[in-house]
Amino acid sequence: MSELKTLYKEGVWVNNPALVQLLGLCPLLAVTSTVTNALGLGLATLLVLIGSNVTVSIVRNWVPKDIRIPVFVMIIAGFVTIVQLLMNAYTFGLYQSLGIFIPLIVTNCAIIGRAEAYASKNPVHLSAFDGLMMGLGFMAVLLVLGAMRELIGQGTLFDGADLLLGPWAQSLRIEVFNFDNQFLLAILPPGAFLGLGLLIAAKNVIDAQIKSKQVAPPEAEKGPRARVTSLT
Amino acid sequence: MKLTMASSPHNHSHKSLTRLMLSVIAACIPGLIAQVFFFGTGVLIQLVLALVAVSVFEAAIMLIRKRPVWPALSDGSAWLTAVLLALSIPPLAPWWIIVIGCLFSIVIVKQLYGGLGFNLFNPAMAAYVLLLVSFPVQMTAWLPVTDLINTPIGFADQLRLIFTDFTASGFSLDQVRAGVDGLTMATPLDTVKTDIAHGLTVTESMQKPIFNEWAGLGWAWVNLGFLAGGLYLLKAKIINWHIPVSFIVTLAVCSAIGYIASPGTEPGTLFHLLSGATMMGAFFIATDPVSAATTNKGRLIYGALIGLLIYLIRTFGGFPDAIAFSVLLINIAVPLIDYYTQPRTYGHGAVK
Repeated sequence: MSELKTLYKEGVWVNNPALVQLLGLCPLLAVTSTVTNALGLGLATLLVLIGSNVTVSIVRNWVPKDIRIPVFVMIIAGFVTIVQLLMNAYTFGLYQSLGIFIPLIVTNCAIIGRAEAYASKNPVHLSAFDGLMMGLGFMAVLLVLGAMRELIGQGTLFDGADLLLGPWAQSLRIEVFNFDNQFLLAILPPGAFLGLGLLIAAKNVIDAQIKSKQVAPPEAEKGPRARVTSLT
Repeated sequence: MKLTMASSPHNHSHKSLTRLMLSVIAACIPGLIAQVFFFGTGVLIQLVLALVAVSVFEAAIMLIRKRPVWPALSDGSAWLTAVLLALSIPPLAPWWIIVIGCLFSIVIVKQLYGGLGFNLFNPAMAAYVLLLVSFPVQMTAWLPVTDLINTPIGFADQLRLIFTDFTASGFSLDQVRAGVDGLTMATPLDTVKTDIAHGLTVTESMQKPIFNEWAGLGWAWVNLGFLAGGLYLLKAKIINWHIPVSFIVTLAVCSAIGYIASPGTEPGTLFHLLSGATMMGAFFIATDPVSAATTNKGRLIYGALIGLLIYLIRTFGGFPDAIAFSVLLINIAVPLIDYYTQPRTYGHGAVK
């Protein structure tokens, strides 16, 4: 139980793939211009991460150490192809708007990083849970960044959600502000870099506050320090 | 009789930071007067807006950072940023343009990096680039000089245009910008660039009413104004000669070579030196003591690289002017330049 709790904490906060490990930044920065794109890519990455973690964990005892990286990459590429074909079949609009970034999930270092660092050394159920948590952590950052950029850039949320969720989702679109001019910087890549920087800063601030609220370990355990020089 | 013994340095400059910044602001006045004269009092409205905005943002962020407000505000660096930004944007841009610019320059570019002295980039130019990239329509809506405007607009109408987008009689900025021939006019740099792209030669392009014999009508005087202010800064030893001289010489040499190689598509040295923001860039922007190189040899390299980039972007790039982009790009290179141009310390290393 405590292992699962650790995995949950590590994946979502302490060792978050996007905010702490800073892995997989290419898709993170490129596709988060709207919440819908972010959600689509986040789900795709999540599925690939769980699939590859489970498979790598199953085959971990038969793969020779020397060729493990090519094997992991092949497994990941297989899952990416599955996800890509699924998206092509069921969410064609989103498939087109994400474009090259779906096949590029293969090169997302967060996925091979988990395969190498966790799944190749741990049993199947834990690996699957690790994949789920890391995927959720990554998706959460994608969603927050996507929401920030969409809100500042064009004043809406969930614009084009029907591409991912079907026609009913058109009603999800929220128009928060109405600008005459889009704030282009937020939609363009520099806005993603600025936004990610602000998110990392916010995480550090929260961590620092949590740390400062924790009671400092009592000094008394060591016993009073013997002072050998007088103060005056 | 008691003789006090003071520690070195024994002669020191009486220039405080505040005085330094205020002198630079004062040196902007000739350029400011030229801009007001040729482009209307909108510049002054933007200036007031910018000064108020940076003061508010600087005070707010100092409160958030739990630092004393008045010392940060009174060093004048934020006001200088405001002046440079207000002089860089089109005089009748909507009010929120300059407010967003001030917010970005003070909060993100300056204070998030640690405040004055820690900013990697020139705050005014970073904000200018943000605005240019985000709002290309508003940021390129330069007025033609007042002589060429069909219906000259007064101060009240300019105020209305900035705050409500329309004059009292209901004209929008685009209608006001329409020149004598009913077409909206760009800046001289933009006009030449577009005309060359359309197959005209420079001489044909320069027949247009926006040009006079030096560079663009009005723009040459604005540049001469900033040149005068810059010479005062040199005389008062507020800036060193290295950056402006290497900047201007490089730009002049590059444009001269270009003109000799292809006189039909190159507007020549005088045009490059006296149009756009060349002089303001050379004396007021590239010389920012925080984000510029700090060694003398480094300053020469720094200025030269900026001059070269400006010529390349103006001639081959997508934007008509390039001061802000060039300064920001070379700001990135400053730590490297400084690292390789350290002067020899007395007593260390061999004299060559």
